[in-house]
Amino acid sequence: MSIKLCEQAFDPWREIASYQAGLASLAGKYGATGVFVGSMRDFNRGDGVKSMFLEHYPGMTEKQLQHIVEQAQAQWPILESLVMHRVGWVKPDDALVVVAVWSAQRGDAFDASRFIMENLKSRAPFWKKEVLASGAERWVEKNTDGYQRQPG
Amino acid sequence: MSIKVRYFASLKDSVGRGEDELHVSDPLAVHAVWQRLNPDFAMPDAVLAAVNMDYVALDALVTDGDVLAFFPPVTGG
Repeated sequence: MSIKLCEQAFDPWREIASYQAGLASLAGKYGATGVFVGSMRDFNRGDGVKSMFLEHYPGMTEKQLQHIVEQAQAQWPILESLVMHRVGWVKPDDALVVVAVWSAQRGDAFDASRFIMENLKSRAPFWKKEVLASGAERWVEKNTDGYQRQPG
Repeated sequence: MSIKVRYFASLKDSVGRGEDELHVSDPLAVHAVWQRLNPDFAMPDAVLAAVNMDYVALDALVTDGDVLAFFPPVTGG
């Protein structure tokens, strides 16, 4: 299990490849890697967004993410997992979050990575403040339910 | 006895402070801590609370040395 909070922009695909390269002892054991990458949009709720500040609660964020991954490990036979999240100032197209899960079978990788991602959205203490194209600032009030189809 | 209280994100803006320290003689419920520190500001409905970095219900008791955090719904990911 690896959980990382990153103040600098990162390339999610390079991070996943590099993490997997370090899993030599699992080579041949995993048959599935479930990957989710979340990136920053340049629009939200009908407005252009030019940058965003990601606040978090240091210590609690890591503790809750670890708890979420442990819950996933208790439910699915996960061989390895990687969770990364940006903090601080971010701009459109930056990767904000990575969840990757390695398991023997695809169903477990799909389901466990989805579980981790949805729980991260509702339980990990991060907060987004948007800077709109107009220069106005606003806090994002709440996350949507990832299992419901969203308009636009 | 003292309890450290922290506020985050939009709640920090509306309370106007990032931290408080409350001296108490007995354990106190989370909502009572809010009321004592913010007598003129009713706790918003959606507020979440954590004691020592674990989520708690608003009627949970906090005691000497605890760190209590109040924050709005989380919006990461």
